[in-house]
Amino acid sequence: MATAPVQQEARPVDIEHLTISYRRRGKSLRVINDVSLHIRPGEAYGLVGESGCGKTTVAMALMRYLAPNAVVEGGRIMFGGEDVLTLSQDTLRRWRGEKMAMVYQDPGSALNPSIRVGDQIAEVYRYHRGMAKGAGLEAARAMLDKVRITDPERVLRRYPHELSGGQQQRVVIAMALATDPDLLVLDEPTTGLDATVEAEVLDLVEQLRDEFNASILFISHNLGIVARMCERVGVLYAGRLIEEGPARELFQDPRHPYTLALLRCVPRLGMRKDVRRLDPIPGSLPPLGVEVEGCIYADRCPIARERCRVEAPPLSPVNDRHRAACHFHEEVPSISPSPETAPVVVAGNGTGDGVLLHVDDLVKTYRSGGGDVTAVAGVSFEVNRGEVFGLVGESGSGKTSLAKTLVGLVDATEGKIQLDGLEVSSKEQRRNRELRRNVQMVFQNPDTALNPRHTIQRILGRSLKLLAGLRGGEKQQARMLELAASVRLEPRYLEVRPAALSGGLKQRVSIARAFAGTPRLVLCDEPVSALDVSVQAAILNLLVDLQLSERVSYVFISHDLAVVRYLADRIGVMYLGWLVDVGPAEAVFNPPHHPYTEALVSAIPTLDLDAPRPRIKLEGTLPSPANPPSGCRFHTRCPRFLGDICKEQEPPWQRDGDGHVYRCHIPPDQLRGAQLADRPSALPD
Amino acid sequence: MAIDRPDPASALTLPEPSVVPQSTAAAGARLSRRERYKELARALMRSKTFVVGAAILLFWIVDAIVWRWVVPHQPDATDVIATLKGPSTAHWFGTDALGRDVFSRVLAGAQSVLTIAPLATALGIAGGVIVGLVTGYYRGIVDNVIMRVVDGMLAFPLIIIAVLVLAVAGSSTANVVFVIAIVFTPLVARTVRSAVLVEREREYVAAAKLRGESGPYIMGAEILPNITGPIAVEATVRLGYAIFTSATLSFLGLGLRPPSPDWGLAVADGRAYLQIASWIVLFPALALATLVVAVNLVADGLKQVVEE
Repeated sequence: MATAPVQQEARPVDIEHLTISYRRRGKSLRVINDVSLHIRPGEAYGLVGESGCGKTTVAMALMRYLAPNAVVEGGRIMFGGEDVLTLSQDTLRRWRGEKMAMVYQDPGSALNPSIRVGDQIAEVYRYHRGMAKGAGLEAARAMLDKVRITDPERVLRRYPHELSGGQQQRVVIAMALATDPDLLVLDEPTTGLDATVEAEVLDLVEQLRDEFNASILFISHNLGIVARMCERVGVLYAGRLIEEGPARELFQDPRHPYTLALLRCVPRLGMRKDVRRLDPIPGSLPPLGVEVEGCIYADRCPIARERCRVEAPPLSPVNDRHRAACHFHEEVPSISPSPETAPVVVAGNGTGDGVLLHVDDLVKTYRSGGGDVTAVAGVSFEVNRGEVFGLVGESGSGKTSLAKTLVGLVDATEGKIQLDGLEVSSKEQRRNRELRRNVQMVFQNPDTALNPRHTIQRILGRSLKLLAGLRGGEKQQARMLELAASVRLEPRYLEVRPAALSGGLKQRVSIARAFAGTPRLVLCDEPVSALDVSVQAAILNLLVDLQLSERVSYVFISHDLAVVRYLADRIGVMYLGWLVDVGPAEAVFNPPHHPYTEALVSAIPTLDLDAPRPRIKLEGTLPSPANPPSGCRFHTRCPRFLGDICKEQEPPWQRDGDGHVYRCHIPPDQLRGAQLADRPSALPD
Repeated sequence: MAIDRPDPASALTLPEPSVVPQSTAAAGARLSRRERYKELARALMRSKTFVVGAAILLFWIVDAIVWRWVVPHQPDATDVIATLKGPSTAHWFGTDALGRDVFSRVLAGAQSVLTIAPLATALGIAGGVIVGLVTGYYRGIVDNVIMRVVDGMLAFPLIIIAVLVLAVAGSSTANVVFVIAIVFTPLVARTVRSAVLVEREREYVAAAKLRGESGPYIMGAEILPNITGPIAVEATVRLGYAIFTSATLSFLGLGLRPPSPDWGLAVADGRAYLQIASWIVLFPALALATLVVAVNLVADGLKQVVEE
């Protein structure tokens, strides 16, 4: 289909010794350091690494979309027989979209909001194929069919904002594939999407790979996704390619200590806090552009020795397909988990301690111009003392509204909240100090949770003053040092402003602030989702430690089911303002569970490549909370839809022993049978 | 219950993630504020727009202070023999209808403008910041009522309101300052309010509410320090308008009174002789133009730097 003859080379993409620096304030920071990799025809190559390691820079260099202050200091990027870095602007413009295409992280901003979807896709055909307007639209329609969008006729006439995130990303993929490019770059294509949508998009990419013969560069921080999507994987660390090999081999037998550590610090499905603690990577990423004589990872490496500090290890072969930049790669498989991972003794924890938080039929309605939106529609649950209650659900399910109501940032419209048997007025101004001290919150985004203009000392001092009644002086100082120590924050950081701290350290400050008074209930709203995996593990361990030493309860909100399963004692699943599934963590994850939970669980990308599981796909998109479906709110998307009963009647709560309840018309025995039948290989635990 | 004793054993198990190299962190502790200003200054110095504007502005500011020691003639001294003389070595910019030296009057005229405009701007910014913070933070009825009043004020051309008020209250330097400040307040309030609307949704504001901070504290100590950028830009933009407005009011006879060497007044006076002695109008008008352009250049430069 492509007008240019397809280059039949073994390596359509060959990056050789690529070195890139950014100039900033007269200084030159090297962000990509001698990276060489190649992608074979039709191959999917995964590039993984934490934020700031240079993944996106490599992708941008490949498309030659580099920022103006980026300087290519050396190397070549061979593509289609030519060096992308020396192409003329004209050729480049033709090649982009024609031979190479890119799918960005945020589909919402990748589409022009003022042009109809159909016209945007047609433009690709008109520019690259010289088609007339009508023919372009026709081709666009055919392309939307290929990306399996429902009702392409209608979508063509829509503006991007009228589509859901998943549909938008399909449109972006359709545009990228419109010209049948030889190279498709996917830069974190599912990061901003919900778990079930993410699974859909990944399925789509997998299916399209068979139809289109593009080489794919797949960039992600999520190892599970890369393991699933790619044949070969490269691991970037501080701008250097430190390991490369076939996906399966790399994840099962990593030969660089960093890769091993990355794999160990994520909670795998089925891992629980009382069985094993997470294994965080010590230290942190080296600052941008740092020049090191020896191995860049030596400071954090458990097997580093003298040689590592003086001699940089080259990317040397482990076998003919697997390379690792480690002097001692044969020792890597025998690195034992750090003592940190010793199991936590969970003493006296659990349900025996009585109820701390009692929420009864809570309703939160927001007034808005186009009718009221009920974000939380009658939610009831209890949280016991010293218990972690996990709250999961997709965006728009009402998790955050529920949290804000519980903590008193917004008023409940109806319903009761009781803390320790005491009615809690939901108006924050009416909450007294005692109450404010008892209920605190850890926020999602460490960058905005701390006032950028205040020092850490001031941030913590203010909380100590207002929540613990310590007004300045030595007492406050002493307590502040204790507080900092309890979240493992060195005292020297107290004097700086948040900008001088990394995301992980900021989140420690945020946690310390919540613990300034002695809280009994802490709401954690996605506290680790903005953090890199290596930092995430340390923060989760910290939360577990604090929970045990302080005997607090958490309401832990997350979209990451593996994290929730690891941390939570009990779990509640929310859908469109309803709590649809509540019970002990393990019970919720195993049949019988609500059909929505079933879909969520099946959508988790996993590193366990040997246990492929059938995925349950949800039809359509999340209905608007302003106009929720009648009967069961899930009936429009339910894979186990029964018929009129689901449309007409609100489903009852079904009980399945040991405190597990779910809201569905299908009784437990029937549901268990059906769900087990659909999933012969039960979850790998 | 309390985190009374940080367990040393457990504290040791978790390796400290040190992000910032020790030296930077320690230095950053004490220098961060000073360094931030240094950084800002360096960025401003790189902006040609800003440097040119600042140079011209600086010239006029110095002039406004030292003019009495450098003028070749007394600005008010009349000379009946040398009226309406063109530029010459004795009178560089010529003389006006009363034989006063235009060059000296131009130099002296900077003082009134550079007193009225900054004072008016400062007052207008102060008023606008307070109104913007209150309406943006509390929203609701307060916001609705105040912003409708603001909309009402903005519906009138600025100068009409000023003329109206001065006609009623009488014209004096103080009144000119207040009038300009009053018409600026709603304009500034708009800008500040929109900045506050963004900041109030940030989580640090929620955290402050959760620990029980009062509204005034949150507005003044939490939000205000984070919106200084847009306020600084607004202030320089307003300063340009204030200079222009004060000159306009003088021109209309509602500002300063003769024999003040004010530029607006000079333009008004010289208007009648425009055909035979254009220099009487030309030089004060040029002076005014350079000053307004200079302030706008500074505003543009500042805006670029702040928005980066």
